[in-house]
Amino acid sequence: MATPNTPLWEVFIRSRNGLAHKHVGSLHAADATLALQAARDIYTRRGEGLSIWVVPSSAITASDPSEKGMMFEPAESKIYRHPTFYDVPEEVGHM
Amino acid sequence: MYTQALNSSDGDDRFIEDADRAAAFQARIDDDERIEPNDWMPAAYRKTLTRQISQHAHSEIVGMLPEGNWITRAPSLRRKAALLAKVQDECGHGLYLYAAAETLGSSREELVDAMLAGKAKYSSIFNYPTLTWADIGTIGWLVDGAAIMNQIPLCRCSYGPYARAMIRVCKEESFHQRQGFEIMLTLCRGTDEQKAMAQNSLDRWWWPVLMMFGPPDQVSQHSDTSTKWKIKRFSNDELRQKFVDATVPQAQFLGLTIPDPGMKQDAEGHWRYSEIDWTEFKQVLAGNGPCNRDRLAARRKAHDEGAWVRDAAAAYAEKRARRSMAQAAE
Ligand SMILES: [Fe+2]
Ligand SMILES: [Fe+2]
Ligand SMILES: [Fe+2]
Repeated sequence: MATPNTPLWEVFIRSRNGLAHKHVGSLHAADATLALQAARDIYTRRGEGLSIWVVPSSAITASDPSEKGMMFEPAESKIYRHPTFYDVPEEVGHM
Repeated sequence: MYTQALNSSDGDDRFIEDADRAAAFQARIDDDERIEPNDWMPAAYRKTLTRQISQHAHSEIVGMLPEGNWITRAPSLRRKAALLAKVQDECGHGLYLYAAAETLGSSREELVDAMLAGKAKYSSIFNYPTLTWADIGTIGWLVDGAAIMNQIPLCRCSYGPYARAMIRVCKEESFHQRQGFEIMLTLCRGTDEQKAMAQNSLDRWWWPVLMMFGPPDQVSQHSDTSTKWKIKRFSNDELRQKFVDATVPQAQFLGLTIPDPGMKQDAEGHWRYSEIDWTEFKQVLAGNGPCNRDRLAARRKAHDEGAWVRDAAAAYAEKRARRSMAQAAE
């Protein structure tokens, strides 16, 4: 008999104080409590984290990679958003 | 390696469904870009990777059995704690890898069921028995050592989720190899009987470990496309030779003899080994190794005996969900 599917969760871990939670992988668990416990066992066996978030994978909406041109091009052409676009004479020193 | 069955062909599945997209895909690979789950990919790339990553995952999980056999009989608390931690790591490796395989579209349950049904392969090495405590040393030193040789280039594999899982795995493997070598060193510096036990273990594992790298290059299928797709970066024979060259000095340091009287160092410093008995390899892959039946039976038993836990967790989650829906409706 085929095994019934168990929900998928994405795991985020904050490794040190002051850093953001970072995606580390995914796992299967019946509910959020079990997902947190499994995340502890699978992703923090060597003190990798101080805090864990688990999010149902089905709750994530992702951008479409085939539309990445349309999505991100507008930012690429705006070089005036970067400090190096502006000339400041050397005599002025660091700015 | 952990995916040896890939070397056996099951017909030609390399078709091109869309020449333009396939060309654009290959250009991305040639540029060393990483392919991510939602990107377009040829069906054969998806199929090859699903098989490779799931076979690798099955190998990690089945690989817990030969070592698990010695946890309750480890000679000291230090050794027991280390072995327990190592076996737990292998379980983690299996789970990272199943998660990577699932991003290609198969469910965890399908993948696990295929293994339990005997339809999916795992590495031939785990079909050999662990007869003595020295085998735990040999496995860490040589089996994990061989796995590291294979896994380091996979950290640069073209498929992002697989490469990232491999980086995590490789970070953990070096402890595995070192604890195994330490066991061997302790035995080799011990009594005559202990040293004999270490030698006997090396004698039994040496050739099966060399077989882990898969068939020789002339007969191995799939390698060309896997190389073109940057899934595989070194050939079976290249990795095997690297492993032998790294291992011979370690065996010499231990004072152990590699059971290959024909082995010679060539002018370039490579240790040339004798012909490998590929009939044995084929027999083990075909299901006729010393422990194939035991391993599958143990996995099936664990899966069946865990069914009530999965059922209970699912029933509890459903009850809670229903209750919170009812509360929200009030
Ligand atoms: Fe492993
Ligand atoms: Fe491994
Ligand atoms: Fe390992």
